[in-house]
Amino acid sequence: MSTPNDPASPAPAAPPKPTRLAPIVTLDAKFFWDAADKGEFVGEACADCGKLRFPPRPMCPHCHSVKRNVVPLSGRGTVYTWIQPRHPAPFGFKEPPIVATVELEEGYRLVTNLYDIALADVKAGLPVEVFFAPTMGNHQVPVFRPRAK
Amino acid sequence: MARTFREAAIAGIGATEFSKESGRSELQLAAECSKAALDDAGIHPSEVDGMVTFTIDNSDEIGLARCLGVKDLAYTTRIPGGGAAAVATIYQAMAMVNAGLCNTVLVWRAMNERSQYRFGQPHTQNLGPQAGNGTGSLLWCMPFGAQTPATWESLAAQRYMQQYGVTNEDLGRVAVAQRKYAATNPAAWFYGKPITLEDHQNSKWIVEPILRLLDCCQESDGGVAIVITSLDRAKDLKQKPVKIVGACQSIPYNVEVISNYYHADLSMMPEAEGTAKRLYAQTGMKPADMQAAMIYDAFTPQVLKQLEGFGFCKRGEAKDFIKSGEIDIDGILPVNTNGGLIGEAYIHGMNNIAEAVRQVRGTAANQVKKVERVLVSSGMAGAIFEKV
Repeated sequence: MSTPNDPASPAPAAPPKPTRLAPIVTLDAKFFWDAADKGEFVGEACADCGKLRFPPRPMCPHCHSVKRNVVPLSGRGTVYTWIQPRHPAPFGFKEPPIVATVELEEGYRLVTNLYDIALADVKAGLPVEVFFAPTMGNHQVPVFRPRAK
Repeated sequence: MARTFREAAIAGIGATEFSKESGRSELQLAAECSKAALDDAGIHPSEVDGMVTFTIDNSDEIGLARCLGVKDLAYTTRIPGGGAAAVATIYQAMAMVNAGLCNTVLVWRAMNERSQYRFGQPHTQNLGPQAGNGTGSLLWCMPFGAQTPATWESLAAQRYMQQYGVTNEDLGRVAVAQRKYAATNPAAWFYGKPITLEDHQNSKWIVEPILRLLDCCQESDGGVAIVITSLDRAKDLKQKPVKIVGACQSIPYNVEVISNYYHADLSMMPEAEGTAKRLYAQTGMKPADMQAAMIYDAFTPQVLKQLEGFGFCKRGEAKDFIKSGEIDIDGILPVNTNGGLIGEAYIHGMNNIAEAVRQVRGTAANQVKKVERVLVSSGMAGAIFEKV
């Protein structure tokens, strides 16, 4: 019987270190990335008029309030556009990812990656759901995969 | 100088050679193209009193003014938005002359964009948000592997292609048309090197399934400068004046440069439609008044979208307009007759503006017959040049 300290047994493979670039965190978007690190997918809503906005910004363009609430999002959306960068190879990926813009149920788009689907099978309007992918520096970013309708 | 409204005109254009390795500093390229443009105009370099370039040009105004021996610089400004705003340099120079603030405005853009740094490679060294470039949301792209201009372009172009059934082969016809122009333009990098649609379709994917290698502009070293003065003064100078009938910019709500995914409908270009509307209102002109157009062609989809945005064809019809040869030399609207940024060089759009000046003067390598007016567009800014 081998034990973990038995020099004859192979060491258990450590999970590969993430190579994806860490998010670039600005003060006005820190809430988004802090939540992502905890596996939470959130948005920014005006604390006065309630309207959502993306990309994050310090003032509501509708009522000009600077009060903000961080609100949970459903994590559901549909694919709007999708591509696969071939050359040059994107930094941080062993295989070129599918990059997509996803339209969230809450009514705005963001850039992300699609997983668990081949490029040729992606269609506009494909229903997708969020999950999180690890990055360098122990952070996470929201990415998407197909969901059952 | 009395501050009365004065019409503006282009009096001079100048350029360095277009290469992949200039072998000299960007400031030297800036100085050489500026001197060439001022010589072309017949204006002594010391007389420059206004300067305009891009926010991301690496040469300093004072450094260039010192090279040229500028004796009293009255006004300097820079345009945001990279190539998409290239024509805004003309817009701002025009406004400076119109307002009576400057007599001799020098516009320049010079870069070692192939030998010193490469726009086409992942921009992972410029990760942070940079003010004044109009690309505030690139940071929302980087961790997802969208790190190059080609990927950023494709994420929006794909929606346009879906909407109107545009194929990569349709895009290829733009590249073929422009390489044909470049093949007969001795200043073009691809002089003597036309391509076929088959060559295009055999070129490797840069971004699947949107852009192949031959859909992309070049990476180039070089500089281009343009001299703007009053129309009255230009009439007494060395070249036939090219009147700036109008010029403007449009950045509609939620539009940004390149990482432009947040406005309502990515199948259209609100910035081009906004620029067109403002430009036609300003000048009282319409698409049919143009005999040629120079359109910012960083990537082939831009040509289709701007042809539609400026009303040369209806939405979705640019592919058929191009397929039937209308952007060729004998078509309804010859486009990018220098070969464009794809065929001539990528000097951030400025070399296409210089080609518009040559077409109005009647001195282009691929001269269009009977040119009265040329439209210049960089997507987010536009201008109309006219023969006097």
